[in-house]
Amino acid sequence: MYKIAVVGDRDSVLGFQALGLSVFPTDTAEQARQTITQLAKEEYAILYLTEQLGEQLTDLLARYESQVTPAIILIPGKEGPLGIGMKNITSAVERAVGADIL
Amino acid sequence: MPSATVNATRMELTRLKGRLKTAVRGHKLLKDKRDELMKQFLEVIQENRALRRRVEEGLTRAHSSFTVASALMSPEALEQALLYPKQSVELEMTFRNIMSVNVPVYDFQTRSSQSGDIYPYGFATTSCEVDGAVEALSSVFQDMLKLAQVEKASQLLAEEIEKTRRRVNALEYVMIPRMQESIKYISMKLEENERNNIIRLMKVKDMLLAEAIEEKRQESQQAIHQSAP
Repeated sequence: MYKIAVVGDRDSVLGFQALGLSVFPTDTAEQARQTITQLAKEEYAILYLTEQLGEQLTDLLARYESQVTPAIILIPGKEGPLGIGMKNITSAVERAVGADIL
Repeated sequence: MPSATVNATRMELTRLKGRLKTAVRGHKLLKDKRDELMKQFLEVIQENRALRRRVEEGLTRAHSSFTVASALMSPEALEQALLYPKQSVELEMTFRNIMSVNVPVYDFQTRSSQSGDIYPYGFATTSCEVDGAVEALSSVFQDMLKLAQVEKASQLLAEEIEKTRRRVNALEYVMIPRMQESIKYISMKLEENERNNIIRLMKVKDMLLAEAIEEKRQESQQAIHQSAP
């Protein structure tokens, strides 16, 4: 049985608590880094992370990119989408094909 | 030039020819694998983009509702309202095999006491904006799970494609040409040796012949000298 976690600033993640997901409010990138490293060792299959924090943790995200669990998925925080998630898709295409073909 | 390290022997030539054959076959197989992976990947990527757009829109809507709600209610009250969820989510993970890449497939079940009732609070003390926000979140949640699945798949596929692409290119542009070069070098060298040998034999034969003729001549000369006086 796997669990789903949401990591981000308090206002962005609070609502997910109502859905029954595990919520980990973190304010700084350093805190988020520790939380994610910890959660990755536990039974969390999906980690939703706000783009605002993900922006500062690209090295950490790259580390988990090639692992099956956890899947770290960037979601827009309360300030709205920053376009990082979309950019990651493009970079995945570039990585696979060698050029941005879309 | 491959040369310096290659032993120009017949055995080496046979070995290299065998390796070249394997390399060419491997190259063809890997190329097929890459093409199929690419096909799958492009499908996944299209889905990924569409889902991400939907999720981002949905979440933006939910967040804006939350912002209004948190303006209308005190942070403590809001947190209290959302503190104890009515439903819990259980996630099952299975794997799907796409060209030997194991991508996760998520299957989730929500457990709630009453289906359809997602609000974990009484309506008396909360603003109606919270209802809207929670509802928006729960409706986007399906897509979020799907997004997680698709995005992870695309990441894993991208990595595999990169690996395969490198292998194909290494075989095509480095390994195979180098082996062909070596094979050519060895066969040339062997032919050269062959010719050397023939020439040497001819030379030896010439020398032997010359010697025999000389001997014969001396013999006949002696015979003439003896019979003359």
